[in-house]
Amino acid sequence: MIEILGYAFMQRALLAGTLIGIVCAIVGVYIVLKGLSFIGAGIAHASFGGVALGFLFGVNPVLTALIFCLATAWGIGLVARKGQVKEDTAVGVFFASTMALGILIIGLMKGYNVDLFGYLFGSILAVTREDMWIAVGLGLAIVAVVALFFKELLLVSFDPELAAISGLPAAKLYFLLITLIALTVVISIKVVGITLVSALLVTPAAAAYQLTERFRRMMALSILIGVGSTTGGLLLSYQFNIASGATIVLLSTLVFFIATLCSPRRWRRRANLKRAAATTAITR
Amino acid sequence: MNRTQQPVIRLENVSVAFQDLLVLEDVTLTVAAKSFLALIGPNGAGKTTLLQVILGLVRPIRGTVRVFGAAPWDIKPENRRIGYVPQVMGIDLGFPISAFEVVLMGRYGRLGLCRRPAKADRAAALRALERVGIANLADRPIARLSGGQRQRVFIARALATEPDLLLLDEPTTGVDAASTESLYELLRILYEDGVTMLVVSHDVGVVASYVEGVICINRRIVAHGLPEEVLGSEELAQMYGCDAMFFHHGRVPHLCVERDE
Repeated sequence: MIEILGYAFMQRALLAGTLIGIVCAIVGVYIVLKGLSFIGAGIAHASFGGVALGFLFGVNPVLTALIFCLATAWGIGLVARKGQVKEDTAVGVFFASTMALGILIIGLMKGYNVDLFGYLFGSILAVTREDMWIAVGLGLAIVAVVALFFKELLLVSFDPELAAISGLPAAKLYFLLITLIALTVVISIKVVGITLVSALLVTPAAAAYQLTERFRRMMALSILIGVGSTTGGLLLSYQFNIASGATIVLLSTLVFFIATLCSPRRWRRRANLKRAAATTAITR
Repeated sequence: MNRTQQPVIRLENVSVAFQDLLVLEDVTLTVAAKSFLALIGPNGAGKTTLLQVILGLVRPIRGTVRVFGAAPWDIKPENRRIGYVPQVMGIDLGFPISAFEVVLMGRYGRLGLCRRPAKADRAAALRALERVGIANLADRPIARLSGGQRQRVFIARALATEPDLLLLDEPTTGVDAASTESLYELLRILYEDGVTMLVVSHDVGVVASYVEGVICINRRIVAHGLPEEVLGSEELAQMYGCDAMFFHHGRVPHLCVERDE
Protein backbone atom coordinates (compact mmCIF):
# COMPACT_ATOMS: atom_id res chain seq x y z
CA MET A 1 0.00 0.00 0.00
CA ILE A 2 2.82 2.40 0.95
CA GLU A 3 4.65 2.05 -2.39
CA ILE A 4 1.76 3.60 -4.33
CA LEU A 5 2.54 6.91 -2.62
CA GLY A 6 5.78 6.86 -4.62
CA TYR A 7 3.91 7.28 -7.90
CA ALA A 8 3.81 10.89 -9.10
CA PHE A 9 0.22 10.58 -10.40
CA MET A 10 -0.90 9.29 -7.01
CA GLN A 11 0.82 12.14 -5.17
CA ARG A 12 -0.90 14.64 -7.46
CA ALA A 13 -4.28 12.97 -7.00
CA LEU A 14 -3.89 12.82 -3.21
CA LEU A 15 -2.82 16.45 -2.90
CA ALA A 16 -5.66 17.61 -5.15
CA GLY A 17 -8.03 15.20 -3.38
CA THR A 18 -7.17 16.55 0.08
CA LEU A 19 -7.86 20.13 -1.00
CA ILE A 20 -11.05 19.12 -2.79
CA GLY A 21 -12.16 17.27 0.34
CA ILE A 22 -11.55 20.37 2.48
CA VAL A 23 -13.17 22.84 0.10
CA CYS A 24 -16.23 20.72 -0.72
CA ALA A 25 -16.77 20.16 3.01
CA ILE A 26 -16.54 23.87 3.87
CA VAL A 27 -18.71 25.14 1.02
CA GLY A 28 -21.03 22.16 1.60
CA VAL A 29 -21.87 23.40 5.10
CA TYR A 30 -23.46 26.53 3.61
CA ILE A 31 -25.11 24.50 0.84
CA VAL A 32 -26.72 22.15 3.37
CA LEU A 33 -27.79 24.87 5.80
CA LYS A 34 -29.13 27.20 3.13
CA GLY A 35 -30.73 24.47 1.01
CA LEU A 36 -28.66 25.17 -2.12
CA SER A 37 -27.88 21.59 -3.14
CA PHE A 38 -29.84 21.85 -6.40
CA ILE A 39 -27.79 24.92 -7.40
CA GLY A 40 -24.65 22.86 -6.69
CA ALA A 41 -25.91 20.07 -8.94
CA GLY A 42 -26.92 22.57 -11.63
CA ILE A 43 -23.53 24.27 -11.71
CA ALA A 44 -21.78 20.90 -11.76
CA HIS A 45 -23.71 19.75 -14.81
CA ALA A 46 -23.14 23.10 -16.50
CA SER A 47 -19.41 22.44 -16.33
CA PHE A 48 -19.92 19.78 -19.00
CA GLY A 49 -20.61 22.53 -21.52
CA GLY A 50 -17.40 24.24 -20.42
CA VAL A 51 -15.35 21.06 -20.71
CA ALA A 52 -16.68 20.44 -24.22
CA LEU A 53 -15.74 24.01 -25.23
CA GLY A 54 -12.23 23.37 -23.93
CA PHE A 55 -11.92 20.32 -26.20
CA LEU A 56 -13.27 22.29 -29.14
CA PHE A 57 -10.75 25.13 -28.76
CA GLY A 58 -7.91 22.90 -27.64
CA VAL A 59 -7.34 24.61 -24.28
CA ASN A 60 -7.34 23.06 -20.79
CA PRO A 61 -11.01 22.11 -20.24
CA VAL A 62 -10.70 23.02 -16.55
CA LEU A 63 -10.17 26.66 -17.52
CA THR A 64 -13.13 26.81 -19.90
CA ALA A 65 -15.23 25.00 -17.29
CA LEU A 66 -14.22 27.72 -14.81
CA ILE A 67 -15.59 30.50 -17.03
CA PHE A 68 -18.67 28.50 -17.95
CA CYS A 69 -19.52 27.59 -14.33
CA LEU A 70 -19.14 31.17 -13.12
CA ALA A 71 -21.40 32.42 -15.94
CA THR A 72 -24.01 29.78 -15.13
CA ALA A 73 -23.89 30.46 -11.39
CA TRP A 74 -24.33 34.20 -11.88
CA GLY A 75 -27.02 33.60 -14.50
CA ILE A 76 -29.00 31.45 -12.08
CA GLY A 77 -28.47 34.02 -9.32
CA LEU A 78 -29.57 36.96 -11.48
CA VAL A 79 -32.70 35.29 -12.85
CA ALA A 80 -33.69 34.09 -9.36
CA ARG A 81 -32.89 37.46 -7.72
CA LYS A 82 -34.92 39.46 -10.21
CA GLY A 83 -37.85 37.36 -9.11
CA GLN A 84 -38.93 36.36 -12.61
CA VAL A 85 -38.88 32.68 -11.69
CA LYS A 86 -38.10 30.69 -8.55
CA GLU A 87 -34.50 29.72 -7.89
CA ASP A 88 -35.01 26.02 -8.54
CA THR A 89 -36.80 26.79 -11.83
CA ALA A 90 -33.82 28.88 -12.90
CA VAL A 91 -31.50 25.97 -12.03
CA GLY A 92 -33.75 23.57 -13.96
CA VAL A 93 -33.52 25.72 -17.11
CA PHE A 94 -29.73 26.29 -17.00
CA PHE A 95 -28.88 22.77 -15.81
CA ALA A 96 -30.20 20.94 -18.90
CA SER A 97 -29.41 23.60 -21.51
CA THR A 98 -25.70 23.92 -20.62
CA MET A 99 -25.39 20.13 -20.57
CA ALA A 100 -27.15 19.95 -23.96
CA LEU A 101 -24.71 22.51 -25.36
CA GLY A 102 -21.84 20.28 -24.23
CA ILE A 103 -23.37 17.21 -25.89
CA LEU A 104 -23.92 19.18 -29.11
CA ILE A 105 -20.30 20.38 -29.20
CA ILE A 106 -18.91 16.91 -28.47
CA GLY A 107 -21.10 15.51 -31.25
CA LEU A 108 -19.87 18.10 -33.75
CA MET A 109 -16.23 17.21 -33.12
CA LYS A 110 -15.82 14.31 -35.54
CA GLY A 111 -13.42 11.59 -34.44
CA TYR A 112 -12.63 12.96 -30.99
CA ASN A 113 -10.60 10.61 -28.84
CA VAL A 114 -10.54 12.42 -25.53
CA ASP A 115 -11.21 10.73 -22.23
CA LEU A 116 -14.69 12.10 -21.65
CA PHE A 117 -15.40 9.27 -19.24
CA GLY A 118 -12.76 10.66 -16.88
CA TYR A 119 -14.45 14.06 -16.80
CA LEU A 120 -17.89 12.59 -16.24
CA PHE A 121 -16.99 10.13 -13.48
CA GLY A 122 -13.54 11.17 -12.22
CA SER A 123 -10.19 9.46 -12.62
CA ILE A 124 -6.93 9.40 -10.64
CA LEU A 125 -4.84 9.22 -13.77
CA ALA A 126 -6.47 12.32 -15.21
CA VAL A 127 -5.01 14.76 -12.66
CA THR A 128 -2.17 16.57 -14.48
CA ARG A 129 0.42 18.79 -12.82
CA GLU A 130 -1.49 21.83 -14.08
CA ASP A 131 -4.80 20.51 -12.67
CA MET A 132 -3.12 19.92 -9.32
CA TRP A 133 -1.85 23.50 -9.11
CA ILE A 134 -5.24 24.87 -10.17
CA ALA A 135 -6.83 22.82 -7.37
CA VAL A 136 -4.26 23.96 -4.80
CA GLY A 137 -4.39 27.63 -5.82
CA LEU A 138 -8.17 27.96 -6.10
CA GLY A 139 -8.71 25.71 -3.08
CA LEU A 140 -6.56 27.89 -0.83
CA ALA A 141 -8.23 31.02 -2.23
CA ILE A 142 -11.68 29.62 -1.37
CA VAL A 143 -10.58 28.77 2.17
CA ALA A 144 -9.16 32.30 2.58
CA VAL A 145 -12.36 33.95 1.33
CA VAL A 146 -14.50 31.86 3.70
CA ALA A 147 -12.21 32.79 6.61
CA LEU A 148 -12.42 36.48 5.67
CA PHE A 149 -16.22 36.52 5.33
CA PHE A 150 -16.90 33.95 8.05
CA LYS A 151 -19.40 36.02 10.01
CA GLU A 152 -21.12 37.39 6.89
CA LEU A 153 -21.60 33.93 5.35
CA LEU A 154 -22.96 32.64 8.66
CA LEU A 155 -25.43 35.54 8.81
CA VAL A 156 -26.73 35.21 5.22
CA SER A 157 -27.14 31.48 5.76
CA PHE A 158 -29.07 31.87 9.00
CA ASP A 159 -31.02 35.11 8.52
CA PRO A 160 -30.52 37.03 5.24
CA GLU A 161 -33.17 39.53 6.33
CA LEU A 162 -31.06 40.61 9.31
CA ALA A 163 -28.08 41.00 6.97
CA ALA A 164 -30.11 43.42 4.85
CA ILE A 165 -31.42 45.29 7.90
CA SER A 166 -27.91 45.59 9.35
CA GLY A 167 -26.79 47.30 6.17
CA LEU A 168 -24.57 44.40 5.07
CA PRO A 169 -24.63 43.70 1.30
CA ALA A 170 -26.90 40.63 1.48
CA ALA A 171 -27.30 40.25 -2.31
CA LYS A 172 -23.55 40.51 -2.93
CA LEU A 173 -22.86 37.95 -0.21
CA TYR A 174 -25.30 35.55 -1.89
CA PHE A 175 -23.39 35.97 -5.16
CA LEU A 176 -20.13 35.41 -3.28
CA LEU A 177 -21.53 32.14 -1.97
CA ILE A 178 -22.63 30.83 -5.39
CA THR A 179 -19.28 31.95 -6.84
CA LEU A 180 -17.54 29.81 -4.21
CA ILE A 181 -19.78 26.89 -5.19
CA ALA A 182 -18.83 27.32 -8.87
CA LEU A 183 -15.09 27.43 -8.08
CA THR A 184 -15.40 24.36 -5.87
CA VAL A 185 -17.13 22.43 -8.67
CA VAL A 186 -14.40 23.36 -11.15
CA ILE A 187 -11.50 22.10 -9.06
CA SER A 188 -13.37 18.90 -8.21
CA ILE A 189 -14.43 17.63 -11.65
CA LYS A 190 -11.12 15.94 -12.54
CA VAL A 191 -11.03 13.79 -9.41
CA VAL A 192 -14.72 13.26 -8.62
CA GLY A 193 -16.37 13.78 -12.01
CA ILE A 194 -19.05 16.13 -13.29
CA THR A 195 -21.94 13.84 -12.49
CA LEU A 196 -20.78 13.04 -8.96
CA VAL A 197 -19.34 16.29 -7.59
CA SER A 198 -22.72 17.52 -6.36
CA ALA A 199 -22.81 14.56 -3.95
CA LEU A 200 -19.41 15.47 -2.47
CA LEU A 201 -20.67 19.04 -2.04
CA VAL A 202 -23.55 17.87 0.13
CA THR A 203 -22.82 14.51 1.77
CA PRO A 204 -19.91 15.29 4.17
CA ALA A 205 -21.70 18.42 5.43
CA ALA A 206 -24.99 16.53 5.74
CA ALA A 207 -23.26 13.80 7.77
CA ALA A 208 -21.67 16.44 10.02
CA TYR A 209 -25.08 18.09 10.47
CA GLN A 210 -26.37 14.83 11.92
CA LEU A 211 -23.63 14.74 14.53
CA THR A 212 -23.63 18.20 16.10
CA GLU A 213 -25.67 21.30 16.87
CA ARG A 214 -22.69 23.67 16.79
CA PHE A 215 -21.65 25.54 13.68
CA ARG A 216 -17.86 25.39 14.01
CA ARG A 217 -17.96 21.76 15.07
CA MET A 218 -20.15 20.98 12.07
CA MET A 219 -17.57 22.57 9.77
CA ALA A 220 -14.68 20.71 11.44
CA LEU A 221 -16.47 17.35 11.22
CA SER A 222 -17.47 18.04 7.63
CA ILE A 223 -13.81 18.68 6.70
CA LEU A 224 -12.74 15.50 8.47
CA ILE A 225 -15.36 13.43 6.63
CA GLY A 226 -14.65 15.18 3.31
CA VAL A 227 -10.87 14.61 3.43
CA GLY A 228 -11.37 11.07 4.74
CA SER A 229 -13.68 10.31 1.83
CA THR A 230 -11.48 11.79 -0.93
CA THR A 231 -8.17 10.33 0.25
CA GLY A 232 -9.70 7.03 1.35
CA GLY A 233 -11.67 6.82 -1.88
CA LEU A 234 -8.57 7.50 -4.01
CA LEU A 235 -6.57 4.76 -2.26
CA LEU A 236 -9.40 2.23 -2.55
CA SER A 237 -9.96 3.18 -6.17
CA TYR A 238 -6.30 2.46 -6.95
CA GLN A 239 -6.25 -0.76 -4.93
CA PHE A 240 -9.32 -2.26 -6.61
CA ASN A 241 -9.00 -0.47 -9.95
CA ILE A 242 -12.42 1.17 -9.73
CA ALA A 243 -13.62 4.67 -10.68
CA SER A 244 -12.30 7.23 -8.16
CA GLY A 245 -15.35 9.52 -8.18
CA ALA A 246 -17.79 6.72 -7.47
CA THR A 247 -15.62 5.31 -4.67
CA ILE A 248 -15.25 8.72 -3.00
CA VAL A 249 -18.98 9.44 -3.17
CA LEU A 250 -20.04 6.00 -1.93
CA LEU A 251 -17.55 6.21 0.95
CA SER A 252 -18.97 9.57 2.07
CA THR A 253 -22.50 8.18 1.70
CA LEU A 254 -21.57 5.29 4.00
CA VAL A 255 -20.35 7.81 6.60
CA PHE A 256 -23.60 9.76 6.15
CA PHE A 257 -25.73 6.71 6.96
CA ILE A 258 -23.62 5.82 10.00
CA ALA A 259 -23.85 9.44 11.19
CA THR A 260 -27.62 9.42 10.74
CA LEU A 261 -27.89 6.28 12.85
CA CYS A 262 -25.86 7.76 15.74
CA SER A 263 -27.31 11.25 15.39
CA PRO A 264 -28.08 12.97 18.71
CA ARG A 265 -30.80 14.87 16.86
CA ARG A 266 -32.47 11.58 16.01
CA TRP A 267 -32.16 10.18 19.56
CA ARG A 268 -33.58 13.34 21.07
CA ARG A 269 -36.52 13.28 18.68
CA ARG A 270 -37.17 9.70 19.78
CA ALA A 271 -36.92 10.62 23.46
CA ASN A 272 -39.36 13.47 22.91
CA LEU A 273 -41.82 11.16 21.17
CA LYS A 274 -41.56 8.66 24.02
CA ARG A 275 -42.09 11.39 26.61
CA ALA A 276 -45.10 12.69 24.68
CA ALA A 277 -46.53 9.17 24.50
CA ALA A 278 -46.01 8.71 28.25
CA THR A 279 -47.77 12.01 29.02
CA THR A 280 -50.72 11.05 26.86
CA ALA A 281 -50.94 7.73 28.67
CA ILE A 282 -50.99 9.45 32.08
CA THR A 283 -53.60 12.03 31.12
CA ARG A 284 -55.74 9.26 29.76
CA MET B 1 -42.39 62.09 29.13
CA ASN B 2 -40.67 64.34 26.67
CA ARG B 3 -43.06 64.96 23.80
CA THR B 4 -41.11 67.85 22.29
CA GLN B 5 -38.55 65.54 20.66
CA GLN B 6 -38.84 64.87 16.94
CA PRO B 7 -41.00 61.85 16.17
CA VAL B 8 -39.14 58.54 15.85
CA ILE B 9 -41.23 57.40 12.89
CA ARG B 10 -43.02 59.66 10.43
CA LEU B 11 -44.86 58.17 7.47
CA GLU B 12 -46.73 60.46 5.08
CA ASN B 13 -49.17 59.14 2.48
CA VAL B 14 -47.18 55.94 2.10
CA SER B 15 -48.39 53.40 -0.46
CA VAL B 16 -46.67 50.08 -1.13
CA ALA B 17 -47.37 47.69 -3.99
CA PHE B 18 -46.04 44.21 -4.74
CA GLN B 19 -46.32 43.90 -8.51
CA ASP B 20 -49.90 45.15 -9.09
CA LEU B 21 -51.20 44.37 -5.60
CA LEU B 22 -51.59 47.38 -3.35
CA VAL B 23 -50.50 46.26 0.13
CA LEU B 24 -50.48 49.60 1.92
CA GLU B 25 -52.50 52.60 0.80
CA ASP B 26 -52.03 56.19 1.85
CA VAL B 27 -50.71 55.43 5.33
CA THR B 28 -49.89 58.44 7.44
CA LEU B 29 -48.50 57.73 10.87
CA THR B 30 -46.42 59.46 13.50
CA VAL B 31 -44.79 57.62 16.37
CA ALA B 32 -43.44 59.85 19.15
CA ALA B 33 -40.25 59.06 21.02
CA LYS B 34 -40.55 56.70 23.98
CA SER B 35 -44.00 55.41 23.09
CA PHE B 36 -45.24 51.83 23.16
CA LEU B 37 -47.73 51.03 20.41
CA ALA B 38 -49.45 47.89 19.19
CA LEU B 39 -50.18 47.28 15.52
CA ILE B 40 -53.16 45.02 14.93
CA GLY B 41 -55.15 43.94 11.91
CA PRO B 42 -56.37 40.87 10.07
CA ASN B 43 -54.09 38.53 8.11
CA GLY B 44 -52.78 40.16 4.97
CA ALA B 45 -53.49 43.67 6.30
CA GLY B 46 -49.92 44.79 5.62
CA LYS B 47 -48.62 44.77 9.21
CA THR B 48 -45.31 43.10 8.38
CA THR B 49 -44.96 45.24 5.26
CA LEU B 50 -45.36 48.36 7.38
CA LEU B 51 -42.48 47.19 9.61
CA GLN B 52 -40.39 46.43 6.51
CA VAL B 53 -41.01 49.95 5.22
CA ILE B 54 -39.79 51.39 8.53
CA LEU B 55 -36.73 49.10 8.36
CA GLY B 56 -35.97 50.24 4.81
CA LEU B 57 -36.36 46.74 3.36
CA VAL B 58 -39.34 47.75 1.21
CA ARG B 59 -39.56 51.05 -0.62
CA PRO B 60 -42.96 52.69 -1.08
CA ILE B 61 -44.26 53.64 -4.53
CA ARG B 62 -45.59 56.89 -3.06
CA GLY B 63 -45.11 58.92 0.10
CA THR B 64 -42.23 59.71 2.43
CA VAL B 65 -40.69 57.63 5.20
CA ARG B 66 -38.59 59.17 7.96
CA VAL B 67 -37.04 57.26 10.82
CA PHE B 68 -35.12 59.44 13.28
CA GLY B 69 -35.52 62.17 10.68
CA ALA B 70 -33.84 60.29 7.81
CA ALA B 71 -34.89 57.85 5.09
CA PRO B 72 -34.24 54.40 6.65
CA TRP B 73 -32.24 53.12 3.64
CA ASP B 74 -29.88 56.12 3.96
CA ILE B 75 -28.94 55.47 7.59
CA LYS B 76 -25.39 54.10 7.82
CA PRO B 77 -25.06 50.67 9.50
CA GLU B 78 -23.04 52.11 12.40
CA ASN B 79 -25.73 54.75 13.09
CA ARG B 80 -28.70 52.38 12.97
CA ARG B 81 -30.60 52.37 16.20
CA ILE B 82 -33.39 50.08 15.04
CA GLY B 83 -33.84 46.64 16.58
CA TYR B 84 -36.06 44.11 14.83
CA VAL B 85 -37.58 40.91 16.18
CA PRO B 86 -38.81 38.90 13.17
CA GLN B 87 -41.49 36.23 13.09
CA VAL B 88 -39.77 33.08 14.27
CA MET B 89 -41.59 31.07 11.62
CA GLY B 90 -39.03 32.17 9.05
CA ILE B 91 -36.10 30.83 11.07
CA ASP B 92 -34.59 27.36 10.55
CA LEU B 93 -34.73 25.88 14.04
CA GLY B 94 -32.41 23.01 13.10
CA PHE B 95 -29.59 25.47 12.33
CA PRO B 96 -26.53 24.51 14.41
CA ILE B 97 -26.12 27.73 16.35
CA SER B 98 -26.20 28.71 20.03
CA ALA B 99 -28.32 31.41 21.68
CA PHE B 100 -25.20 33.51 22.26
CA GLU B 101 -24.12 33.26 18.60
CA VAL B 102 -27.58 34.41 17.47
CA VAL B 103 -27.45 37.41 19.81
CA LEU B 104 -23.92 38.28 18.67
CA MET B 105 -25.34 38.67 15.13
CA GLY B 106 -27.02 41.82 16.38
CA ARG B 107 -23.54 43.39 16.43
CA TYR B 108 -22.56 42.41 12.87
CA GLY B 109 -24.02 45.50 11.20
CA ARG B 110 -22.05 48.01 13.23
CA LEU B 111 -18.91 45.89 12.90
CA GLY B 112 -18.98 46.15 9.11
CA LEU B 113 -17.52 43.73 6.57
CA CYS B 114 -14.69 41.32 7.44
CA ARG B 115 -14.30 42.50 11.05
CA ARG B 116 -14.53 39.94 13.83
CA PRO B 117 -16.60 40.58 16.95
CA ALA B 118 -14.36 42.03 19.66
CA LYS B 119 -14.53 41.61 23.41
CA ALA B 120 -16.88 44.61 23.68
CA ASP B 121 -19.32 42.96 21.23
CA ARG B 122 -19.30 39.72 23.20
CA ALA B 123 -19.93 41.66 26.40
CA ALA B 124 -22.84 43.52 24.77
CA ALA B 125 -24.35 40.22 23.59
CA LEU B 126 -24.06 38.73 27.05
CA ARG B 127 -25.60 41.86 28.62
CA ALA B 128 -28.54 41.58 26.21
CA LEU B 129 -29.06 37.94 27.22
CA GLU B 130 -28.93 38.95 30.90
CA ARG B 131 -31.48 41.68 30.25
CA VAL B 132 -34.01 39.19 28.88
CA GLY B 133 -33.21 36.82 31.75
CA ILE B 134 -31.65 33.86 29.90
CA ALA B 135 -27.90 34.42 30.27
CA ASN B 136 -27.74 30.90 31.72
CA LEU B 137 -28.85 29.51 28.34
CA ALA B 138 -26.19 31.38 26.32
CA ASP B 139 -24.41 28.23 25.21
CA ARG B 140 -27.51 26.21 24.34
CA PRO B 141 -28.30 25.42 20.66
CA ILE B 142 -31.50 27.17 19.58
CA ALA B 143 -33.02 23.81 18.66
CA ARG B 144 -33.11 22.99 22.38
CA LEU B 145 -34.91 26.13 23.57
CA SER B 146 -38.61 26.46 24.30
CA GLY B 147 -40.74 28.83 22.21
CA GLY B 148 -40.66 31.52 24.90
CA GLN B 149 -36.90 31.21 25.42
CA ARG B 150 -36.31 31.43 21.67
CA GLN B 151 -38.36 34.62 21.48
CA ARG B 152 -36.18 36.07 24.23
CA VAL B 153 -33.07 35.19 22.22
CA PHE B 154 -34.39 37.20 19.26
CA ILE B 155 -35.36 40.10 21.51
CA ALA B 156 -31.85 39.96 23.00
CA ARG B 157 -30.41 40.02 19.49
CA ALA B 158 -32.39 43.19 18.76
CA LEU B 159 -31.22 44.68 22.09
CA ALA B 160 -27.59 43.88 21.26
CA THR B 161 -27.84 46.54 18.54
CA GLU B 162 -28.50 49.02 21.41
CA PRO B 163 -31.67 50.29 19.71
CA ASP B 164 -33.73 53.39 20.38
CA LEU B 165 -36.54 51.88 18.34
CA LEU B 166 -37.67 48.27 18.67
CA LEU B 167 -39.98 46.65 16.11
CA LEU B 168 -41.49 43.28 17.00
CA ASP B 169 -43.45 41.09 14.58
CA GLU B 170 -45.84 38.81 16.45
CA PRO B 171 -43.39 37.98 19.23
CA THR B 172 -45.81 35.64 20.99
CA THR B 173 -46.64 33.25 18.15
CA GLY B 174 -46.15 29.71 19.40
CA VAL B 175 -45.63 30.86 22.99
CA ASP B 176 -47.90 29.66 25.82
CA ALA B 177 -50.12 32.05 27.82
CA ALA B 178 -47.84 32.32 30.86
CA SER B 179 -44.76 33.05 28.72
CA THR B 180 -46.77 35.57 26.70
CA GLU B 181 -47.52 37.56 29.87
CA SER B 182 -43.88 37.48 31.00
CA LEU B 183 -42.74 38.48 27.51
CA TYR B 184 -44.95 41.58 27.65
CA GLU B 185 -43.66 42.30 31.18
CA LEU B 186 -40.18 42.31 29.67
CA LEU B 187 -41.30 44.71 26.93
CA ARG B 188 -42.80 46.99 29.58
CA ILE B 189 -39.43 47.18 31.35
CA LEU B 190 -37.69 48.06 28.07
CA TYR B 191 -40.36 50.70 27.46
CA GLU B 192 -39.75 52.18 30.88
CA ASP B 193 -36.04 52.32 29.99
CA GLY B 194 -36.96 54.68 27.15
CA VAL B 195 -37.02 52.41 24.09
CA THR B 196 -39.71 53.30 21.54
CA MET B 197 -41.67 50.18 20.69
CA LEU B 198 -44.02 49.07 17.94
CA VAL B 199 -45.34 45.53 18.28
CA VAL B 200 -47.43 43.61 15.76
CA SER B 201 -49.74 41.37 17.70
CA HIS B 202 -52.66 39.01 17.52
CA ASP B 203 -53.12 38.94 21.31
CA VAL B 204 -55.40 41.95 21.21
CA GLY B 205 -56.61 41.39 24.76
CA VAL B 206 -53.19 40.95 26.39
CA VAL B 207 -51.45 43.66 24.45
CA ALA B 208 -54.05 46.28 25.38
CA SER B 209 -53.08 46.24 29.05
CA TYR B 210 -49.43 47.02 28.26
CA VAL B 211 -49.40 49.49 25.38
CA GLU B 212 -50.33 53.15 25.45
CA GLY B 213 -51.84 53.15 21.98
CA VAL B 214 -53.24 50.81 19.35
CA ILE B 215 -53.03 51.22 15.59
CA CYS B 216 -55.53 49.25 13.57
CA ILE B 217 -54.51 48.61 10.03
CA ASN B 218 -56.19 46.96 7.08
CA ARG B 219 -54.23 48.22 4.08
CA ARG B 220 -55.11 51.70 5.34
CA ILE B 221 -55.01 52.92 8.91
CA VAL B 222 -58.46 52.09 10.26
CA ALA B 223 -58.12 53.49 13.76
CA HIS B 224 -55.37 54.95 15.90
CA GLY B 225 -55.82 55.89 19.52
CA LEU B 226 -55.90 54.75 23.11
CA PRO B 227 -56.41 51.00 23.53
CA GLU B 228 -59.89 51.36 25.01
CA GLU B 229 -61.00 53.69 22.22
CA VAL B 230 -59.69 51.63 19.36
CA LEU B 231 -60.68 48.24 20.70
CA GLY B 232 -64.21 49.40 21.45
CA SER B 233 -64.76 50.95 18.06
CA GLU B 234 -67.16 49.93 15.33
CA GLU B 235 -64.34 50.04 12.81
CA LEU B 236 -62.54 47.17 14.47
CA ALA B 237 -65.58 44.94 14.29
CA GLN B 238 -66.03 45.84 10.64
CA MET B 239 -62.37 45.35 9.89
CA TYR B 240 -62.31 41.77 11.06
CA GLY B 241 -65.27 41.30 8.79
CA CYS B 242 -67.32 39.17 11.15
CA ASP B 243 -69.10 39.47 14.46
CA ALA B 244 -66.66 40.83 16.98
CA MET B 245 -67.64 41.18 20.60
CA PHE B 246 -65.93 42.86 23.45
CA PHE B 247 -66.04 42.09 27.10
CA HIS B 248 -64.37 44.19 29.70
CA HIS B 249 -61.75 42.81 31.99
CA GLY B 250 -60.97 45.66 34.35
CA ARG B 251 -60.15 48.67 32.23
CA VAL B 252 -59.33 46.66 29.19
CA PRO B 253 -61.81 45.55 26.57
CA HIS B 254 -61.16 42.08 25.20
CA LEU B 255 -61.93 41.18 21.67
CA CYS B 256 -63.68 37.97 20.77
CA VAL B 257 -63.88 37.16 17.12
CA GLU B 258 -66.34 34.57 15.96
CA ARG B 259 -64.85 32.69 13.12
CA ASP B 260 -66.88 31.28 10.27
CA GLU B 261 -67.00 27.51 10.47
